[in-house]
Amino acid sequence: MELFRSHVLICAGTGCTSSGSAQLYDRFEELLAQNNLEKEVKLVKTGCFGLCEAGPIVIVYPEGAFYSRITKADVDTIVSEHLVKGRVVAKLLHKDSIEETGNIRALDDIQFYKKQKRIALRNCGVINPENIDEYIAFDGYKALCKVLTEMSREEVIDQIKKSGLRGRGGGGFSTGMKWQFTYNTPNEKKYVACNADEGDPGAFMDRSVLEGDPHTIIEAMAIAGYAVGADQGYIYVRAEYPIAVKRLEIAIEQAREYGLLGEGIFGTDFKFDLDIRLGAGAFVCGEETALIASIEGERGEPRPRPPFPAVKGLFGKPTLLNNVETYANVCQIILNGADWFADMGTEKSKGTKVFALGGKINNTGLVEVPMGTSLKEIIYDIGGGCPNGKKFKAVQTGGPSGGCLPDELIDTPVDYDNLIAAGSMMGSGGMIVMDEDNCMVDIARFFLDFTVDESCGKCTPCRVGTRRMLEILDRITEGKGKDGDIERLESLAYNIKNTALCGLGQTAPNPVISTLKYFRHEYEAHIYDQTCPAGVCTNLLQYSIIPEKCKGCTLCTRVCPVGAISGNLKEPHVIDKSKCIKCGACIEKCKFGAIIKK
Amino acid sequence: MKSFAELEAIRQKTLDQVNLRREHEGTRVVVGMATCGIAAGARPVMLAFLDEVSKRGLLDVTVAQTGCIGMCRLEPMVEITLPGQPKVTYVKVTPEMVSRIVTEHVVNGRVVDEYTIGAADAEDQK
Ligand SMILES: Cc1cc2nc3c(=O)[nH]c(=O)nc-3n(C[C@H](O)[C@H](O)[C@H](O)COP(=O)(O)O)c2cc1C
Ligand code: FES
Repeated sequence: MELFRSHVLICAGTGCTSSGSAQLYDRFEELLAQNNLEKEVKLVKTGCFGLCEAGPIVIVYPEGAFYSRITKADVDTIVSEHLVKGRVVAKLLHKDSIEETGNIRALDDIQFYKKQKRIALRNCGVINPENIDEYIAFDGYKALCKVLTEMSREEVIDQIKKSGLRGRGGGGFSTGMKWQFTYNTPNEKKYVACNADEGDPGAFMDRSVLEGDPHTIIEAMAIAGYAVGADQGYIYVRAEYPIAVKRLEIAIEQAREYGLLGEGIFGTDFKFDLDIRLGAGAFVCGEETALIASIEGERGEPRPRPPFPAVKGLFGKPTLLNNVETYANVCQIILNGADWFADMGTEKSKGTKVFALGGKINNTGLVEVPMGTSLKEIIYDIGGGCPNGKKFKAVQTGGPSGGCLPDELIDTPVDYDNLIAAGSMMGSGGMIVMDEDNCMVDIARFFLDFTVDESCGKCTPCRVGTRRMLEILDRITEGKGKDGDIERLESLAYNIKNTALCGLGQTAPNPVISTLKYFRHEYEAHIYDQTCPAGVCTNLLQYSIIPEKCKGCTLCTRVCPVGAISGNLKEPHVIDKSKCIKCGACIEKCKFGAIIKK
Repeated sequence: MKSFAELEAIRQKTLDQVNLRREHEGTRVVVGMATCGIAAGARPVMLAFLDEVSKRGLLDVTVAQTGCIGMCRLEPMVEITLPGQPKVTYVKVTPEMVSRIVTEHVVNGRVVDEYTIGAADAEDQK
């Protein structure tokens, strides 16, 4: 047995890898060797800790010292001070992790983690995802063992139903019911599948689970296979997630070696195996029927339902499809019981949800909170509010299928039903925060632009309808909006919602509908007053010079590429608005803050 | 994997390796390892503790280090805290003393009085 006095956990998640954590690992390795510490200090690469904004992240145990934004030079300090001399390097600790008294706060007491409850992310940042033994040490594969040796298939399904777990991939359908339907369809051959396509821009919880704790997905899929009667599973992963794919491959290989996949698992006659399929790179491939077509080797296009996959799925066989985060809850429910899970959350949304915080927020990253936590707690207490003291304006939940919720709704407890009632949705858990500098028409335009791009074109409402909506939005943001445009947008939106073939089209108008509901005045300002209140839409901005501030230095006249500025030396200048192309060159150059855009 | 016993064996084996990262109420062995401690020979003492703890397969014992404990003349110093008990400080520890401290104190809960700071103080008084 090897025993170490200290473990150094280095985040190898995608966020920290891109901020250079691999180099840190190498440097630690080098320095530990130089100082003869290899036998005392263990280096561990882990999955994402969630606080990617402060990456690269290094945690040193047993002290639990949380070091953030670590550079290669910092590694030298940590080794010579902390690892050699046992002195925690206070100046490199995450700002929030030291108490006023100078003591180190426990990880759970750091603001960012305090209100979190990690179930799906429980092992992320704790174990080495490439080492199956570490997963087992944290109770891994115990749930599978329990299910196979102590529970009937019906009991498993019953537990999942009783837990109240709902799909984390967007729809929020009861997971237990889905398992039941697949179980109910009689067939010799059935499949289970995992949706790891994660197309929602800004969401990355599925990636984090796969990177940080791949075995929990394998284990949960095997449990699902046992429950519904399937012996083969497929994980459909975005090809854009190379680290996740690699870790999954390693994990599947290790599970096979240990006989946790294959025949006769835990001495029973249950057999199960898994394969990975790489995504075709389109948003619509995350939709379940399109995903199934894509695994079969067809074009990733949706088809009408019913029949649902539980009846007719992969290769025409009954198929259970769940999202990564949904599966990530399963083993814990089996081990701790349905009641434990159902105790968390709200009446109809149980357990926790992982959110990806992004946009204008201080702590960009992943957070997992009990259902029913308010938007305010997530955005302010955990997320740290908007940077630079700007005023919070709205938050987009549910990605391109969701909606924008304004400041008035900040106290809403977040769960499936409340978000829908407010005109948005849970989606996969993306949360994009906007501050006073964001133009809501522009935001709606951004999301619609995304869906127009991603529409597969199979049905007319989505292919043509969303494009017409985008044209109107383009027009409005360019200052060419017409009377009646708002009404045209509304009627298109409701028609598309009611007639599109799949979820992509049916939800595409949501960002427009919700911004129209809460920020209608911004649309009106663009159309009727020809102004963009947030100062974003270039075509609606006017540049002008404040005469009192202008010193007549002539600098602006020289940088203006179209000669729109005139004036005599030492006298206030003026901008000819008919010539101005709004490039902003003059504002950048003016030393006196005399030029404004409004 | 054929049985729960097999799984449990792997879990137990790996548990010691990851225990540092788990919340647990174990025994803590803390070795003072500032410059003074290292100069006085704290490193071999700590390695001896690690060795002894792992040889005996003691779960829930964390061996850690800390900075200067403040009485450099008594280094190497080691603090041992058993769950629910006050801290005991051993002074001028040598690798040879480690085996006895682990057997008597960590395993059996009997403090090795003669190595403790109290004994050293009494010595000084004479
Ligand atoms: C356009 C579109 C894109 C989707 N993208 C995803 C996705 O990336 N990941 C996902 O898990 N579900 C996605 N879904 C939802 C799936 O169709 C399906 O409901 C889900 O994977 C089922 O798993 P769950 O019940 O565990 O949530 C998408 C749906 C639509 C309509
Ligand atoms: S990738 Fe390191 S904290 Fe997220």
